[in-house]
Amino acid sequence: MSRDVSAFEEPIIQLKATIEGLKAQPPNAKTSREISKHEQRLLKLQKEIYSNLTDWQRCIVARHPNRPYTRDYLENLFTDFEELHGDRRFADDPAIMAGFGQFQGRTVCFVGHQKGRDMKAKLHRNFGMPRPEGYRKALRIMQLAEKFGRPIICMIDTPGAYPGIDAEERGQAEAIAYNLKVMAMLKVPIIVYVIGEGGSGGALAIGVGDHVCMLQNAIYSVISPEGCASILWKDAGQMEQAAEALHLTSDKLLKLGLIDSVCEEPPGGAHSDPAGMFERFRDHLSNWLQSQGTVVPQNHLTSRYQKFRNMGIFSEEG
Amino acid sequence: MTWFIKNSTPLKTSDSVTVRVPEGMWEKCPSCKEIIYRQELQRNENVCPKCDYHFRITPEARFQALFDEGKYNLLYQSVISTDPLAFKGLKKYRDQLKNLAKNNMQQDSVWVGRGKLEGIETVICVMDFQFLGGSMGSAVGEKITRAIECGTEERLPVIIFSCSGGARMMEGALSLMQMAKISAALAVLDQARVPFISVLTDPTTGGVTASFAMLGDINIAEPKALIGFAGPRVIQQTIRQELPEGFQSSEFLLQHGMLDAVVPRREMKQKLARYLTYFLNPDLFEAEPGA
Ligand SMILES: [Zn+2]
Repeated sequence: MSRDVSAFEEPIIQLKATIEGLKAQPPNAKTSREISKHEQRLLKLQKEIYSNLTDWQRCIVARHPNRPYTRDYLENLFTDFEELHGDRRFADDPAIMAGFGQFQGRTVCFVGHQKGRDMKAKLHRNFGMPRPEGYRKALRIMQLAEKFGRPIICMIDTPGAYPGIDAEERGQAEAIAYNLKVMAMLKVPIIVYVIGEGGSGGALAIGVGDHVCMLQNAIYSVISPEGCASILWKDAGQMEQAAEALHLTSDKLLKLGLIDSVCEEPPGGAHSDPAGMFERFRDHLSNWLQSQGTVVPQNHLTSRYQKFRNMGIFSEEG
Repeated sequence: MTWFIKNSTPLKTSDSVTVRVPEGMWEKCPSCKEIIYRQELQRNENVCPKCDYHFRITPEARFQALFDEGKYNLLYQSVISTDPLAFKGLKKYRDQLKNLAKNNMQQDSVWVGRGKLEGIETVICVMDFQFLGGSMGSAVGEKITRAIECGTEERLPVIIFSCSGGARMMEGALSLMQMAKISAALAVLDQARVPFISVLTDPTTGGVTASFAMLGDINIAEPKALIGFAGPRVIQQTIRQELPEGFQSSEFLLQHGMLDAVVPRREMKQKLARYLTYFLNPDLFEAEPGA
């Protein structure tokens, strides 16, 4: 695995290696005392490093190659799930996974970006950058959920919608726009999780819901810090400043009223302890689903409308 | 020839002879590169007489051309941008806003006007590229949303002239969410069966294209406008290929099924009025279930 992505993790990686080394030795009282001492130090170190991350470092964590992807959540939290394919118009887009499955005995619909883990999978999934057919598939499956009364769980993890000739020809903008409009009116409950990277319109296109939750180290932004830096600083290398300025972290977005909750990650980030992440995710989703009855309340769409209606900060004189 | 000295820019004519041309009297057509006498351009509704390129015009000029007798009321003028994130790039967003206000740009990058178009009471939003590239921030989102809500409540058709580089980065995700906010308002207008016509003008890209600009009951564009989701430069950097001739032009979008028509500026008012009559006072052919 590439080590360049997170220099700030170096002390954690070293300590983990030490613990692994001790665990490889024949067990005795002394080494097990050592191990538990080091494990306590590790926890403290992770908490310390992760509570002091800069916004740019949070971007690195959000894009970490070992971070759980949509597929990992499906495999670990859902049972009997089936992926469904195709937009019935042009093609199937592997950058988005969609389908149905069981979560704690309840049938739910899922839609999520999928980035792909190794190079072959990344190419197949187009690095999680959907083309119009991906958004149209997502909408088709969500409309099935509406027809048959199933709650929808969206998982956002994309650098953005694919900027390519074919995507433009087939109406990338229209596909995104249409999803925004239709999702605002889907009659079933929708919960949205930003699990990694929330890249602009390509993320929002599956992001209109009754409840929007960000994982603690996820990011959600109108443009990538690199893109913003190259335009507003005339230098893509200024991405650290841009990341800070864009207010793209979960805590800042919660304060701005743009998301509804933050799901805590394990002390060293989701990638350091995927099982711990799945547990926290399961609890969050379980609580939310339990708060949703099986009958949709009358004012449900009005609340969804009002939530997005109230987003924005401006001034009004006179 | 004193005007040769100040405010002059070197321009190339079609004969490839570099001449210095004063700003103010002449205009260079960005499409055919011809140099045109400004008065001639104005007489032609700011359309290039040589190649039919449609120059960007101010919202005021647009309203004058569209509303009957040039009469209209400006709405929501008091809604203005603040600097919610205290954003500082090479420039401070706050200073940019201050300078615009000083230069009499009080309306942010969208103007909302209400008046009669061929006798039909209509709400028209026009984006202004001169104000931070027509970018969409919270104030723009709020003004357009209010215009649409006004359309829903009073059953007034809504027309939006887009002209924008997309979301306003200096407002971060606040600007991104305006896409969802406006699209939701359009969903309500949709259910009320009040018509919405989207007119795309040069240029319309990014979050504006990927929200209301593509959501018209009818989508039309002025000729030769640049329209797309990703900007041509971003696409080129991604795929590392030359882009095909005419890619992302109005005509290209028409050919690919994204527009209902390409409408020249001189026919705009008449066409809009005709489209509206198709949709006003809808007959409701609601069949009884099982009938
Ligand atoms: Zn011309």
